[in-house]
Amino acid sequence: MPNYAIEVNDVSMKFNLSKEKVDSIKEYMIKFLKRQIKYNEFWALKNVSFKVEKGDRVGVLGLNGAGKSTLLKIIAGVFKPTEGKVIKHGRLVPLLELGAGFDSQYTGRENIYLYGSVLGYSKQFVQERFDEIVKFAELEEFIDVPIKNYSSGMRSRLGFSIATQVDPDILILDEVLSVGDAKFKKKSEKKVMGMFDSGVTVLFVSHSLAQVRRLCNKAIILEKGRLIAAGDIDEVSAKYEEIISN
Amino acid sequence: MTKYIDGFKKYRFLLRELVKKGIKLKYRRSYLGIIWTLLEPLLTMMVLTLVFSTFYQKKDRAFPVYVLTGRLLYSFFSNGTKTAMKSIRGHAGMIKKVYVPKYIYPLSSVIFNFIIFLISLVVLVGVSLVLGVYPNWWTLTAIFPLMILFLFTLGVGMILSTVSVFFRDAEYLWDVALMLIMYTCAIFYDAENIVKKGNGWVFKCNPLYAIIKCFRDAVYGSSMFAEPFWFIMPLCVSIVTVIIGFAVFKWKQDNFILHI
Repeated sequence: MPNYAIEVNDVSMKFNLSKEKVDSIKEYMIKFLKRQIKYNEFWALKNVSFKVEKGDRVGVLGLNGAGKSTLLKIIAGVFKPTEGKVIKHGRLVPLLELGAGFDSQYTGRENIYLYGSVLGYSKQFVQERFDEIVKFAELEEFIDVPIKNYSSGMRSRLGFSIATQVDPDILILDEVLSVGDAKFKKKSEKKVMGMFDSGVTVLFVSHSLAQVRRLCNKAIILEKGRLIAAGDIDEVSAKYEEIISN
Repeated sequence: MTKYIDGFKKYRFLLRELVKKGIKLKYRRSYLGIIWTLLEPLLTMMVLTLVFSTFYQKKDRAFPVYVLTGRLLYSFFSNGTKTAMKSIRGHAGMIKKVYVPKYIYPLSSVIFNFIIFLISLVVLVGVSLVLGVYPNWWTLTAIFPLMILFLFTLGVGMILSTVSVFFRDAEYLWDVALMLIMYTCAIFYDAENIVKKGNGWVFKCNPLYAIIKCFRDAVYGSSMFAEPFWFIMPLCVSIVTVIIGFAVFKWKQDNFILHI
């Protein structure tokens, strides 16, 4: 039996896009009585199934609105799929929109503890890694300044630095390799490559086919919420090029 | 069940961090900081005492203690439920990006308000001693109404946080409801007068009044169990509210993300 890190079984995700936003009781009652509540059902994902073996690095390809981000969020546990199930084996670290758990009134130091706790770290772990986090983010001078005074680059550097402290079994990357300035970009890419070498399973979303080819050994293509191809990188990227050129 | 306990253990540190954040940020950038926790109830007590003892010519020397007990408990209930209600939307950024058990947000809101409330009880101790209301063994029973109050606030907070995700109006409606609750809690008037006029049922429907009454009995050093109704009613209501609160929350929590 092959060892799977992620199993996505027949996952579908439905969103109700109401035509007008109804969020007051009065409006709701009026619309309800007039039977005017209409939803546009929208399936962001439809019957998607695939399996990722341990140690595979899978690129997720697709045009805008194909359902890539929805898929990653379902795997990360943020969305619960309308139908189907996702099984994960091992510790998962999502590097999606770094620094989402930051509080802008808090200082950098306080935010390291807060964000660490959001990611499920223990207090002891954060204390041990504190200096390393600050050093990697190159924020020694600004660590006691409220985050609201940080530049966006500083924020994402701190977010990246906190999120990459653990050695995950599964890593989800959503175009985060472009964090900060050129120097930090190199540094962060090196860190991620280091994780790749340690045999981590990776799901990687990018619009740059070249980057996906460079980093991944397998790929899947999503189109309008459906999985239309899965397999080795060369095979799939050839197909993707075909889709783009059409 | 063990799944839930494991989940809770894993996110204990997050709960602690969120509680700390609530307390730290509440008074950040004010000059007096946490001292406001003590000053604010003291000043309100002075105003209420001044107004009502002048209007109604109260001769009771310990009237400030009466006002303060009611006022402290009510404001914890009001602040706790209001912050819990806004907690889901307030943490929308986190909820949208990282998986965390969502009940942590209203729970941490109620806990941090409870801690601030417990600190503010210091004022009550001081005022009581100055005005000659001395503790005895019955005073220790004050812990029961405090525990019931915590549960009740948590339950109501969970229900409101769920409702307000789907209907923003709930926040404004709740403000009105809180006003009604405040005026039926006998914070600054004597409940006896109302009961004599045959309107005692108002208090019997209000669990918060019952909690305040039990707490006052303890502060004044008498037994709160003399009439068991006033103890048993809020206890039962609170337990039921917490159960309903968690049930409603669990039932709807997967839809939160589609509405925030």
